[in-house]
Amino acid sequence: MKIEISNGKLFSSKKDHSKQWESVEKIQISNGIISDINPVNSTFKADITIDAKDCYIIPGLIDLNASLREPGYTSKGSIESETRAAAAGGVTTLCCTPDTKPINDSKAVTKLIEELSSNSQHCKVLPLGALTKGLLGEQLSEYAALKDARCVGLSNAYNPIKNLAITKRCFEYAKTHELSVFINPIEPSLHEGVIHENYISTTIGLQGIPSLAETIAVSQLIQLAQATGVHLHLSQLSAADSVKQLAAAKREGILVTADTAIQNLLYTDEQVEDFNSVFHCMPPLRSQIDRLALIEGINSGVIDAISSGHRPHEAAAKQMPFAETEPGISSIEFLLPMAMQLQNQIESNRCLDFSKFVEAMTKGPAKVLKLKDPIIEKGSQANICVFDPSMDYKVDKSTIISTGKNTPLINQSLAGRVIATIFEGQMSYQLQK
Amino acid sequence: MHNMQAVDALLSSMAQNLKKYLKEKAIHEFEFVGIKTGGVWVAKSIQQHIKHEKDLGELDISFYRDDFTQVGLNPKVSPSNLPFETKGKHIVLFDDVLMSGRTVRAAMNEIFDYGRPASITLAVLVDIGCHELPITPQIVGANLSLQAGQRIKLSGPQDLQLKILEAE
Amino acid sequence: MHPLNETGNMPSLQLTETGRLKHFLTVSGLSKELLTEILDTADSLIEVGERNIKSVPLLRGKTIVNLFFEASTRTRSTFELAAKRLSADVLNLNINTSATSKGESLSDMLRNLEAMASDMFVVRHAQSGAAHFIAESVTPGVAIINAGDGWHAHPTQAMLDMLTIRQNKGQFEGLKVAIIGDILHSRVARSQIRSLNTLGVEEVRVIAPETLLPKHVDSLGVSVFYQIEDGLKDIDVIIMLRLQKERMNGALLPSESEYYRLYGLTRARLQHAKTDAIVMHPGPINRGVEIESEVADGEQSVILDQVTNGIAIRMAVMSMAMSGQTEEQNRLQVRSKEENAK
Repeated sequence: MKIEISNGKLFSSKKDHSKQWESVEKIQISNGIISDINPVNSTFKADITIDAKDCYIIPGLIDLNASLREPGYTSKGSIESETRAAAAGGVTTLCCTPDTKPINDSKAVTKLIEELSSNSQHCKVLPLGALTKGLLGEQLSEYAALKDARCVGLSNAYNPIKNLAITKRCFEYAKTHELSVFINPIEPSLHEGVIHENYISTTIGLQGIPSLAETIAVSQLIQLAQATGVHLHLSQLSAADSVKQLAAAKREGILVTADTAIQNLLYTDEQVEDFNSVFHCMPPLRSQIDRLALIEGINSGVIDAISSGHRPHEAAAKQMPFAETEPGISSIEFLLPMAMQLQNQIESNRCLDFSKFVEAMTKGPAKVLKLKDPIIEKGSQANICVFDPSMDYKVDKSTIISTGKNTPLINQSLAGRVIATIFEGQMSYQLQK
Repeated sequence: MHNMQAVDALLSSMAQNLKKYLKEKAIHEFEFVGIKTGGVWVAKSIQQHIKHEKDLGELDISFYRDDFTQVGLNPKVSPSNLPFETKGKHIVLFDDVLMSGRTVRAAMNEIFDYGRPASITLAVLVDIGCHELPITPQIVGANLSLQAGQRIKLSGPQDLQLKILEAE
Repeated sequence: MHPLNETGNMPSLQLTETGRLKHFLTVSGLSKELLTEILDTADSLIEVGERNIKSVPLLRGKTIVNLFFEASTRTRSTFELAAKRLSADVLNLNINTSATSKGESLSDMLRNLEAMASDMFVVRHAQSGAAHFIAESVTPGVAIINAGDGWHAHPTQAMLDMLTIRQNKGQFEGLKVAIIGDILHSRVARSQIRSLNTLGVEEVRVIAPETLLPKHVDSLGVSVFYQIEDGLKDIDVIIMLRLQKERMNGALLPSESEYYRLYGLTRARLQHAKTDAIVMHPGPINRGVEIESEVADGEQSVILDQVTNGIAIRMAVMSMAMSGQTEEQNRLQVRSKEENAK
């Protein structure tokens, strides 16, 4: 497959952030790699040409936290539907969570996931294995076998671990096998509730989860990481104090990284004031102070990456009184328009620049996964997304590719649309005119 | 335009006719009930004319209107107050303007819910003559016909005046 | 909804275009004028209960369904009585949660009930936001009255309390009101605090131990007191909340007797309030736990008035909500006729 992209603004990996975007004339792709950029004389005959005038050309996004729902939860999604949705969102690599049915705590399930995703061919799927058997938080799963089956790390997938002794043992065993641990920090005894504990939870009478439920766990996990030497990756931070602790840990040289989900950057607990279950998420949407601290964390680089936190659901899962609904937003398809919303916020110095967003979804996650820095240059693998920031469109339920239509963006006008996504030199998504 | 004096004259003649009527029907004990708000003013005035010393009943018919499905509930509801038993009593029911007759029907339904009266005599200040129900007053101050779109309104509680309002 | 949209006002779920009530879910978002209209309408309905025939024909021909997911004989029977005094037909459904665990979702249950041509649902549910959810999913034209949802709201209770206060004190301006008890878990308290503030009382106080107060309770518009004696100084209205036995098991309180020792309303404590202060309680009363028997039955107690007012308030909100739905449906019909004519 020969692809040529002409015009556009290329995301540059230069340290000088003022020159983050460079105009480019031509990018040529063949045999799965970028064969040339801005060639002088060219006899390249492309099978597909993409006019990227006024568009951003960025590396394909790397998503550290997405639920594909297969095997087991077919009403919510499948590897085929969700990886296709990911491609439409500009994602070329993603880590899938182990909370499937059966849970991904064995070689067999990992191999099944691998097979299904390589058949679909929409993006690269890197499985996360279950930290404990059945995600019950009691016993180790077979880390060696999971690594063998090509899991890139172990995750608790927002399930509590019975006690710290077990957590310590998991970390030690993971270190033995040179596996990273991806942990959602939760202290279960403080984690009763459905929304953030604040004046909103007081007013509307829903039980609140205090920030403490996360920040105490962050403190414990960081200390255990320091003691065991494992690479700890904190998944989906939501509270301001977690960012503070993370910064301190990094200053001390502890091997810890973190991501935050895009919904915690965009929304706060004010969204649930009228019991709108589409905003029922875990971790919960917290206060404005927390949101701004998370944005600052990305801007300063303390938080390494942004993840989608993609959780597609069938309609019935959200059609109940709030506390009975299942948490999660279907987000992977709309990452870049949501990034535009973050950039266009009117809170002046508290917005998130688009180039920072791109870094946090390419360079940052690559570092966490110990992958090569995804630079668009001659000879590198062709994983590219072309994004038109000025194309407005209205999200219609019927055109959402993901099986999960549980997004607050339905019937909203968004600025910016993915024109094309190229995965390993093949077109994984192209916008139909 | 009927000014205050003319209204007073109507009320005076109504009072005389009512006295005569009740005597003819051999009704010696009776209670006055006025439909809010205009009917109450009329009742009070006639009460003074014939020197009827008893307490006046005041009826708010908002909960008995027959047009709830068309227009819903009137936001300015006020309590009814009948300080006497209606069961077995002769009632004189007062309203200011009789149009379709639905207000009077509602008032009668409400009186029956308090207790079955012995009789109801209807006295109105003005009858427009556009009855939609078979309801006729026994005592009338004046019969008037209005042109299309016109309405007539009694203003009060002091200086009772009848005004004809054109449609907007 | 979305903080980044410029769409200004979100249309209120409870109100028609013209600001009339069409559902009664929460006091939140309702103006002082509308709350006063509810009180005035209820006032006019009180004497219906004193007549020979204790009903008005207002909702004749309408079907009202009491949909109670949480058992409650008291509240359900007052709603039933209120509906009957409006001449409506009443259907009582007590739904065990085990019935819903048979797999029928709340949405499906609503569809089935709507097929029976119900005009109004009175809903009590253990989940906060349940009445909102039902109001959002129900067919247009059907009115929803919230009879209590989780910890969130119990608006009819609050309104009957407001009516009782107005009857005894004449007006809301200048009043100091104290609410004593388990504020954290109380939907009644939340609705009462909202109503009192909207109607313009001078001060609302909550008196309770820290474990029974929600976080940031002052954001509700109250001043906090931990000592009952201090909290009762200069108080015109005392509202007692019921203490549930489960609170002792949840590590929130050590024992009933310690609670009574510190927060029980005794005759002695009553002296700290104004001499003409009134004592209220939404019921049922735990004698000797939150309130001394002599106080509950005493001169200053208006607890029985609350019960009578409860029927009148419920008649008022049911009439107003049905009226609002009717108005809205008529307007939509007229509008669609006009559009078809084009």
